[in-house]
Formats: sequence, structure tokens, C-alpha cells
Amino acid sequence: MGPYIARRLLQMVPLLAGISIVVFTLIQMAPGGPEAALLSTGRFVDPSVVEAYRVKLGVDQPVPMQYLRWAAAALTGDLGLSYSTTRPVVHMIGERLPATLELMGSAFLLAAVLAFLIGIASALRPHSWIDLLANGSAFVGIAMPVFWLGLLLQLVFAVELGWAPVSGTHTVGTSSLGDHLAHLVLPAIVLASRYVASWSRYFRASLISALQSDYVRTARAQGLSERRVLFTHAVRNALVPVVSAMALGLADLVSGAVITETVFAWPGIGRLFVQAMFGRDYPVLMGILLMGSLTVIVFNLAADVVYGLLDPRIRYE
Amino acid sequence: MRELFWRRFARRRAAVLSLAFFVVIGAACALAPVLAPFPFDGIDLDSVKQPPSLSHWMGTDDLGRDVFTRMLFGGRVSILIGLLAAVVGTFLGTAIGAAAGYHGGVIDNVLMRITDVAYAIPTLPLLIILSAYSRAALVSMVLIIGLLSWMTTARVVRSQVLSIKEMDYVEAARGMGATDLRILVRHIVPNALGPILVGATLGVGNAIMIESSLSFLGLGVQPPTPTWGNMLMDSQATMVTKPWLTLFPGLAILFVVLAVNFIGDALRDALDPSASSR
Repeated sequence: MGPYIARRLLQMVPLLAGISIVVFTLIQMAPGGPEAALLSTGRFVDPSVVEAYRVKLGVDQPVPMQYLRWAAAALTGDLGLSYSTTRPVVHMIGERLPATLELMGSAFLLAAVLAFLIGIASALRPHSWIDLLANGSAFVGIAMPVFWLGLLLQLVFAVELGWAPVSGTHTVGTSSLGDHLAHLVLPAIVLASRYVASWSRYFRASLISALQSDYVRTARAQGLSERRVLFTHAVRNALVPVVSAMALGLADLVSGAVITETVFAWPGIGRLFVQAMFGRDYPVLMGILLMGSLTVIVFNLAADVVYGLLDPRIRYE
Repeated sequence: MRELFWRRFARRRAAVLSLAFFVVIGAACALAPVLAPFPFDGIDLDSVKQPPSLSHWMGTDDLGRDVFTRMLFGGRVSILIGLLAAVVGTFLGTAIGAAAGYHGGVIDNVLMRITDVAYAIPTLPLLIILSAYSRAALVSMVLIIGLLSWMTTARVVRSQVLSIKEMDYVEAARGMGATDLRILVRHIVPNALGPILVGATLGVGNAIMIESSLSFLGLGVQPPTPTWGNMLMDSQATMVTKPWLTLFPGLAILFVVLAVNFIGDALRDALDPSASSR
């Protein structure tokens, strides 16, 4: 296992280099360049001012040179300065990170618990009304646009019923924990919905095949209680493939967070990204995309490692 | 074989219904200029913000435009983007996966590392950047979504090709002097068509969702051309007072994507009975 992880970590280096080159090039290829934000104010701007601005940002250099400069700095943990705020990108991301982690963490937890319960309930009685209901909702959950679900929940639970606040992280003038948690409920449900849908179906399928396996029959033949058979034998084995699917899904949370944070005005990385995009703040875009890619790679590795740890039959050489 | 496939597919009532639904909706949207009761940009200031009624089935928006009409025209764009983007993504994925699997060695290695890179970049943020900085027209939306959704197909096709290329009939074709391209196009890819088709079907739903997400952020096809996504974006501010503007486009996306996913699911089961869930 040790050498395997070491090799995978080593492989991350060229992968990250490739990703950063692709992303950097794509961002730089954008027509207009960073000065477009300056020009879009509509006032007349002296061409020499624009040129000075380009020189100051370093975008007058050829793209490969710019990339090398950026990469050399990035290796030392410096992702450059934001065009719009002239503050270090690392600090800006750092400020927004807690809000995003909080949202992602609660969505992940909620999705895991719900998927576990729904998976067990449907696997124990396949084709019962509860299984059919779960199956139907899973299909709907996967086909539902994330932002639309967000809008609907805002309309019903925030506007009509008044059970939860519409958006933001806290009511102006208050800073109680309860108020903050109330703001977290709707976005967490929205972000969790797709994962509940896919993980519960995944867990159901894997639990049904575990329940039909020889070791479960043996356990039953030994006279173990049904509860014990289920939880210590079937569920434990059935969770193996699901855990790895969850790690893969977690990587995808980055995309979901962009939409959810926009709908609910949640001040996290996703919102920062959208703002930076409209302001053509290339260093911020670059930093967030790089961080997002790193998350994906790390969770892919984690998925494989967890898979190997949980299932001793899997050997990595 | 083909008959068996249709029998298995027809057993899934949900899928047959979905196929019928998709065809009807697709046809209605395609025929929008004929069917629509009003012009899609027909502003009527005497009848703004009306709730659904007999003359305006889905109500009217802030400018008095008929929502039902705009739904038809919007569906045309949304579904077309979904279909075309899936075609682009599937074609690209099949070509890359087939080349990698068939040639092996360095080509395989390079293509699969490129796939790894494309896989690891969070899709939505990259899509956002690309669509923000390109002119948001139908063609560029199709290309952008298609160019970022080939990776899964490439991996699936590659693994299929790896096993198919060892088959005797491929050996026979090679023995008779067929070129690599001919072997790939005539013998290998047709035998991997099942998983490719399933991937393409699911890709349609995925592309429709992505288009709507981008439009929602204001980055998709620009008004006045309606799409289900930009109709939703427009409705956001007035959601509370005019909920029908938010309800209908969302329902349309939900049902169409649902139908496409049911079809894809049934295709998968019909093509691979061993993976059947019942």
C-alpha cells in the first residue's frame, strides 16, 4: 500500500502541471484580456493607460512566459495578486474557504445519513412501496436542475411558509448560532439532493447483492439474529463500493457549490469564482480552478485507497 | 438480436412512455413556429404578468409575452443544444477511446493522460469561464459542452475496444488485409455501440442540465432568444409574485431530463441483460 500511494502521489505532479497549463491557456485565450473589465466602465480610457495596466499585470508578456512566472510562484505557495482587490489570491480564497467547507460538509453528512437509511429500507424490501418511492425520487433528484430546486425551496419554505431564511449566512444584526444554522438548512438540502439520490441507489444495489451472498446465508444458518446479520455482515460489505463512490462524488461537490452558493448568496468559494469571472480576475479564477482540481485528484486517490483498505482482496502492486 | 433488444426495451413501461413523451415534446418544439399561438418576441403591454388562463396557457411575462410560446421556442434551443452537444461529446469520446484502445502503447498512454487531466478539472467552473468569454451563441454552447463531456465515453470505449480487438473476427479482417481504420470503423466500433449509445443518451440529459445552469448564471444563449435556462434566470427576481414563470421552464427541464434518463437506463438494461436490476 505504501509504495502504491507514493507512486500515485508522484503521478499527481505531471497531472497538476498538465491541468495548470490547460487552464492557464484557456483563461488567457479569452478575448479582451483583463483590461476589458477596465474598459467596460464605459468611460473613455487613454490607450497608454491600458498599456501601462497590461504591463503592470504582466499580461504584455507572451503566454508561456506568464505561465512560467505564475508556476514558479505557485510552487512557493504564492498564487499571485487579485486584479480587482490587489490582495493575495491565497488570502481571498482562505477567507471564503470556511463558508464553503461548512456548506459542503453539512451537505455531505446529510446526504450520507439519508442515503444510508433509504438504502437499507429499500434493500430490505425490494419493490415495496418504500423502494418504489425511493427509486422514483432518486430519478427526480438526479434530473432536477440544482438551481431550480433551490428556487422552489426558497419559494415554499422561505417565502410562503417562513420556516427558513431566503439567503445569506445570518440575519443582519444577529450573530446567534441558531440563526446561522437556519440559514444553512436550505442550501445544504439543495446541495445534498443529488448525492442522496445516487448514493442511496448505489447502496441499495450493493446491499441487495450482499444479502444474497453465501456469507449472509452462512451467518443466518449459524442462528445469528437478523439485525446482527444485517449490520455486522451485509451492511459492512455492501458499504465498500459505496464509500469509494462517495469519495468520487465529493470531488464533484465543487461544481454543485458554485450554483448553490449563487442561488443562496452564500459567501463561499463558488460565489468568489462567479464574481471573479465577471470581473475578469484571472489570478483568482486560476487559483480556484487549481484548488478544485487538486481536490478532485486527492479524492480520487482517497477513493482508491479506501477501497483497498476496506476490501483486502484488492491488491495494489 | 434486434428484436430481442426491442422486446427487452418495451418491457420497461417507463422507458417506452419516456420515449413517446420525448418524441412528442421534441416534435412540438421543432414545430414551434407553426404551433405557437403567438410570436416568441411578441410584446403585448396590455396583457403583462397574467397568470395562466385560457388564452395564455402558461401566463405571460413582464413584457406580456406568451409563456407557452416561449416554452416551445425555448425547448427548441435547449433540446437542440442537448442533442448536438451529446453528439459532439460522444463522437470525440469514441474517437479518442477507440484510438487509445486499438493502438495501445504510447498513443494509449498519451490519450489517457489527457483524459485524466480533462477529468480532474472541475467541469462547471471551466464551462463558466469558456462560455463567459466566448460569444454565447448556439454553436459555441454546443462545442463548449461537447468538448467537456467526452471523458467517460472515451474510457468506456477504450475498455470495450481492448477486449473486442482480441476477437477472432478482427484477426480475420486483418488477415484479409483490411486497414486499421476500416477494422475500427467496420468491425470494432459497431460492436461497442451499446455502451456508446447509452452514454450518448445520458449525455443529452446532462447537456440540457448544463445549458440551463449556464443560462441561469447569465452565460448561456442570450435573450431575446428564449431557452428554458434563461427563462428561469429572468424569472428569478419575480419568483414570489409570478411563480408560474419559474414553475414551467423548470418542470420542462425536469421532465425532459427525466425522460432521457429513463430511456438511457432501459437501453443499458436491454443491451446488457446481466446488469438488469430486476
